[in-house]
Amino acid sequence: MPMLPLVDWLLVFSHFASLSLLAVGGAVTTAPDMHRYLVTQQAWLSDAQFTASIALSQAAPGPNVLFIALLGWNLGLNAGGGMDAGWPAVSLALLGVVASMTATLLPSSVLSYTATRWTHRHRERRTVRAFKAGMAPIVIALLVATGWLLMAAHDKPASDWPLYLLTLAATLQVWRTRIHLLWLIGAGALLGALGWV
Amino acid sequence: MEKKHWLTQDRFLEDWAVAQVMPGPNVVNLSLMIGGRHFGWTGAMAALAGMLIAPMLLLLVVAALYGTVANTAAAQGALRGMGAVAAGLITATGIRLVPALHKNPMGMGVCIGLAGLTFVAIALLRAPLVGVVLLIGGGACLWAWRRLAPRSSTGAGG
Repeated sequence: MPMLPLVDWLLVFSHFASLSLLAVGGAVTTAPDMHRYLVTQQAWLSDAQFTASIALSQAAPGPNVLFIALLGWNLGLNAGGGMDAGWPAVSLALLGVVASMTATLLPSSVLSYTATRWTHRHRERRTVRAFKAGMAPIVIALLVATGWLLMAAHDKPASDWPLYLLTLAATLQVWRTRIHLLWLIGAGALLGALGWV
Repeated sequence: MEKKHWLTQDRFLEDWAVAQVMPGPNVVNLSLMIGGRHFGWTGAMAALAGMLIAPMLLLLVVAALYGTVANTAAAQGALRGMGAVAAGLITATGIRLVPALHKNPMGMGVCIGLAGLTFVAIALLRAPLVGVVLLIGGGACLWAWRRLAPRSSTGAGG
C-alpha cells in the first residue's frame, strides 16, 4: 500500500468528520460508507482488514464505535509499510487512531452536548418526534446493510457458502435467543480456526 | 446510576432516547449528557474518557497481537469466522428494532418501504451515505412530521 501523504490524512479526517454527523443510530451505521470510501474508492484498506476491524471490535468489550479506532490503526499501519516495518509504522498507526477517533467523536459530541439541553426541554415537540420516527426505518436498513456488506466481501459462493450459513445462523441466534454474544463469537472463531467455514 | 443515585430511572430512559436521536455513538452521547448535566463540560469529558480509553487500549493490544499472527492460517480462519458472526450480530440488531416500527406514525408499510429503499441504495448500489440520509431520511422526517399533525386522527397507520 502506498504511503499516505498529508493531504490524504486530511481527506480521511474530513470524511470521518462528515460521517460523524450522519451517525444517527450509532457509529456502526457509518460502516457501509467507510467501506465504500476506504476499501472500494481509495483502496487504502483491504477487505480483510476492514472485516477484521469490525470483527475484533465486536469481540472485545467496549462500545462498538471502537471499530473506527481499528480502521485508523490499519490505515496508519499500511501507510508505514505494515507491522514488519516496526516503530515508524506503529507510530503512524497510533496517529491513525487519534485522527480517526477525533474526527468521528468531535462533531457529533459538540452537536449532542449543545443540542441536548434544547431537545430535553422540547422532547414533546413535533420536530423532535418526527425526526426520531422518520429516522427509525433508515437506521434499521443501515444495520442490515452493514451485515450484508460484511458478508458480500466474501464473493466466491462455491467456497464461501459455509460462511454465509454461519452468518445466517448467528443472525437467527441473536434475533431469536438470549445467548451471550461472546459464545457466538467464540464459536465463529473456533469454526474458522479449524478451517470449517 | 444504581450506586450513586445521580439519576432516576425515568430520567435515564429519557436521556437514552435523546442519545439515540442525536448523531454519534449512543453510549458516547449518553455519557456526555449525564457527565455534563452534573459536572459541566469537564464532567462530560471525564465521562467520555472513562467510557472509551480503557476499552480502546485493550482493543489495540488485541489488534497488535493479531497483527503478529495474522499470517497463520488458523488466525485468518478464526477472524473469518468471527467476521461472519459479527455480520450476523449487526443484522440481527437491526431486525430486532423492527417491532418498534409498529408505533411509528408513518405506519408499518411506509417504514418497510423506506427501509427497503435505503438498503438497496446502500448495500446494492453502494451510494454515499450523505445523499441517502439527506434524501430518504429527510423525506421520511418530513412525512413523519405531517403524520404527527396535532389535529389528525392517530392509530390508523398502515
